[in-house]
Amino acid sequence: MHLLYQIFIDPFVQMGSAPDLLVQTLWEGLVSGVLYALIALGFVLIFKASGVFNFAQGIMVVFAALTLVGLYAHGVPAFIALGLTLGVMFLLAIAIERFMLRPLVNQAEIILFMATFGLTYILIGAGQLIFGGDPKVMISDQLLLPSGAYRINAFGGFVQMQKIDIAAAIMASLMVAALAVFFQKTRIGRALRAVADSHRAALSVGISLEYIWVVVWFASGVVALATGIMWGARSNVSFALEIIALKALPVLILGGFTSIPGAIIGGIIIGVGEKIGEFYWGPLFGSGIEEWFAYVIALVFLLFRPQGLFGERIIERI
Amino acid sequence: MFYREAGQYKTSYRADQALFPIRQDQIGMLLILAVAFIVVPLTQSDFVIDSFLTPILIFSLAAIGLNLLTGYTGLLSLGTGAFMGVGAFGCYKLTTFFPHVNIVVIIICSGFLSAAAGIVFGLPSLRIKGFYLAVATLAAQFFLSWCFIRVPWLYNYNVSASIEVPERLMFGIPITGPTATVTTRYLVVLSIVSVMTLLASNLIRGRIGRTWMAVRDMDIAAELIGIKLYPTKLLAFAVSSFYCGVAGAMLVFLYLGNAESESFNINQSFLVLFMVIIGGLGSLLGSFFGAALIYGLPIVLRMLKEGLGIAVTSATLENINFIILGTLIILFLIAEPNGLARLWQIGKQKLRVWPFPY
Amino acid sequence: MRAPSGPDVAVGDVLLSVENVSLSFGGVNAVSDVSFDIRKGEIRAIIGPNGAGKTSMLNIINGFYHPQQGRITFKGQARSKMRPHDAAFGGIARTFQNVALFRGMTALDNIMAGRSLKMRRNFFWQLLRVGPAMTEEVEHRRRVEEIIDFLKIQEIRRIPVGRLPYGLQKRVELGRALAMEPDLLLLDEPMAGMNLEEKEDMSRFILDVNDHYGMTIALIEHDMGVVMDLSDRVVVLDHGIKIADGTPDEIKSDQGVIDAYLGVAH
Repeated sequence: MHLLYQIFIDPFVQMGSAPDLLVQTLWEGLVSGVLYALIALGFVLIFKASGVFNFAQGIMVVFAALTLVGLYAHGVPAFIALGLTLGVMFLLAIAIERFMLRPLVNQAEIILFMATFGLTYILIGAGQLIFGGDPKVMISDQLLLPSGAYRINAFGGFVQMQKIDIAAAIMASLMVAALAVFFQKTRIGRALRAVADSHRAALSVGISLEYIWVVVWFASGVVALATGIMWGARSNVSFALEIIALKALPVLILGGFTSIPGAIIGGIIIGVGEKIGEFYWGPLFGSGIEEWFAYVIALVFLLFRPQGLFGERIIERI
Repeated sequence: MFYREAGQYKTSYRADQALFPIRQDQIGMLLILAVAFIVVPLTQSDFVIDSFLTPILIFSLAAIGLNLLTGYTGLLSLGTGAFMGVGAFGCYKLTTFFPHVNIVVIIICSGFLSAAAGIVFGLPSLRIKGFYLAVATLAAQFFLSWCFIRVPWLYNYNVSASIEVPERLMFGIPITGPTATVTTRYLVVLSIVSVMTLLASNLIRGRIGRTWMAVRDMDIAAELIGIKLYPTKLLAFAVSSFYCGVAGAMLVFLYLGNAESESFNINQSFLVLFMVIIGGLGSLLGSFFGAALIYGLPIVLRMLKEGLGIAVTSATLENINFIILGTLIILFLIAEPNGLARLWQIGKQKLRVWPFPY
Repeated sequence: MRAPSGPDVAVGDVLLSVENVSLSFGGVNAVSDVSFDIRKGEIRAIIGPNGAGKTSMLNIINGFYHPQQGRITFKGQARSKMRPHDAAFGGIARTFQNVALFRGMTALDNIMAGRSLKMRRNFFWQLLRVGPAMTEEVEHRRRVEEIIDFLKIQEIRRIPVGRLPYGLQKRVELGRALAMEPDLLLLDEPMAGMNLEEKEDMSRFILDVNDHYGMTIALIEHDMGVVMDLSDRVVVLDHGIKIADGTPDEIKSDQGVIDAYLGVAH
């Protein structure tokens, strides 16, 4: 009886009694949701255009951030380091296309998925080898990112919003808008959608797969870099991020694998759900339910709507 | 010239369906068993047995478990580490409750606990497939990993949040705990793995193996010939988790001697998956090859470093290991998606026609 | 092709009857108010121009698609919804246009898989593979070998089907369907993609299956020569509607059928 009260009544009572804490938690959830959404966005880009489910997206975020910080640590000025890192991500995209995608063209999706496991391990090993495994500090000041926080007196108490988080939300929105336009309106965007549908058909109308793939993996690398900067600015750059990035998978399940708005909305739902769950229900279970809560949300969702909120229902024809 | 089937004809279906229909294979298998059970303990050093053979056997069993689910039934699972953990912690709790029951029996029973967990996390397979199911198994992995740390009852409220393996005897000889000898543990592991491999092979060659493979290859057609998809998939989860659970229990009780929750994290899941991919999806023999390669690689690297006298830190070595692993995965997927097992088959084929080229 | 011959098997009562069946996919009418029956022991052809709804019809009989209207009566039992699994146990087997074999398995295993619904020995006997499980396996192997002999595919038993040429794959698929010992065999374009020689072989097999096993067969086919030679009765569909139903001779001279194939607007 007491347990039932604890699960179903008490958390809501707590929410009501301290609305400023609720809003704070919601905000924190929104912020981490935006970051999950950005990682998911990288996934969606690659999946839409190459049909590859890129498990290595998370490690690409870490790798990009590490490269940036590493270059700066060697004396390269901040914005030049930024440019060089973009170059590195471009080279990475070329290497992935040449050595992983091209040899596996036309293979089953599950094979490409497993290949990205291999890619993940290579990047983890290389990243740690080159940059070392200890956490690094992001060069936020040098990149002219805002710091400090706004403190708002509201909801019976106060709510604190880090300026960097607001910047992250704005940047994410801009990026999403730009990508949406890119996919719908430009010639390359159309070609990308064609490739996502069918490699063979796209080849037969003369679309160069290699070129498209380099473009899209590079775009995804840019998104990864932006994500890495934002995330690194809030907490440090470390390999723990790789595991956190796996949370993008539940986001994709909610939002569908091919939908950009889906990635954003899914990200926010997961981020908020996770934080609320951790804060209000967490103490019941012992802490750390953030580790699995997102997956359970996704699992429950899958049982009712297997294609996610926005995904396309796959009709199997015999 | 030596590996020929000519002259060996079968006069009954029973003979044709035997495990090793070719006489050379029969002899080969007996030799291998003889070497494994008799020659190795007598001749090999404790170091070789304990660093290579025992753990490779244990991981082979885990790889067989995952292979049954992913290689034969086509259900990709990223939760292997967690199911191994259920076996290990289950074994620990069971032997705490029943300290006088034979530990081998306990190990087998902990397999059933793992099977139950497998069924629970396999329930979503009714409605979801492919990547989505893989993500559901991730849910199992993260949730169970969390349990291994946050449920103190599992490790008997031990302050260090880890489990220490108590001493257990069989026929008066200690087989677990600090006093058990390397050879004893090796023989127990070898016996369990041999028997379970045989059972797995029986399943694969019979009706159940065929229904699993049918579900993997084309589930719509499988339904049409009367196969019930959902029970088939759940059975695959159950049997696979059973094998992984026993492997996990053996890992802790007959090898490591202790365990922390970290032993069964997502990295473990990936390692076993790599063993299955490189060894060969859908091949029992491949599971052994894959386990040997993946498990042996870091050890070989370490020996190389010492042998060549290069000064690198162990962290660097670990990273190089990661890079090599990742590269191997991609290479195998490109060049030989059916893994080492297929290479072995090709080798045998060459042996069949030797000294002719084809 | 060999000279047409009359039915060798005595044709009996109605085995399957389709009554007023309609099926649409989000606005597209695949099948509209179609009724026909199939008699025990006959070879029934379902023909029509492309997009006529033939495969959809077969899928309905099979239980893949559920019609919005109408019902199917099979062996006296009427049902409007049927799962593919139930159809299999009920005695309906089928082959597909694009061969639906299990590519990872050998030809022998594919056909043995067709015996799945007949194999009863439970999990634990399978685990041990001695005694009852082994006896059952051998017994079914015997039956499967009969089919292999009948279809003359002995040499390719152990070859993974993915490596077989198309014509042989279709034969293996037929074998798998036969292994189910069905009452009704549905063949979806069994001759598609075959040359003359292969067609003659396949026709012979179909006729033999009908003679030998007395099996009722419904087949979709585009090759008119095959249809005329093999079938006892023919149903013609066009744009989801039945436009003719009768013996091959009757169909051949039906003006509506001729118009449909020539694309004459009506």
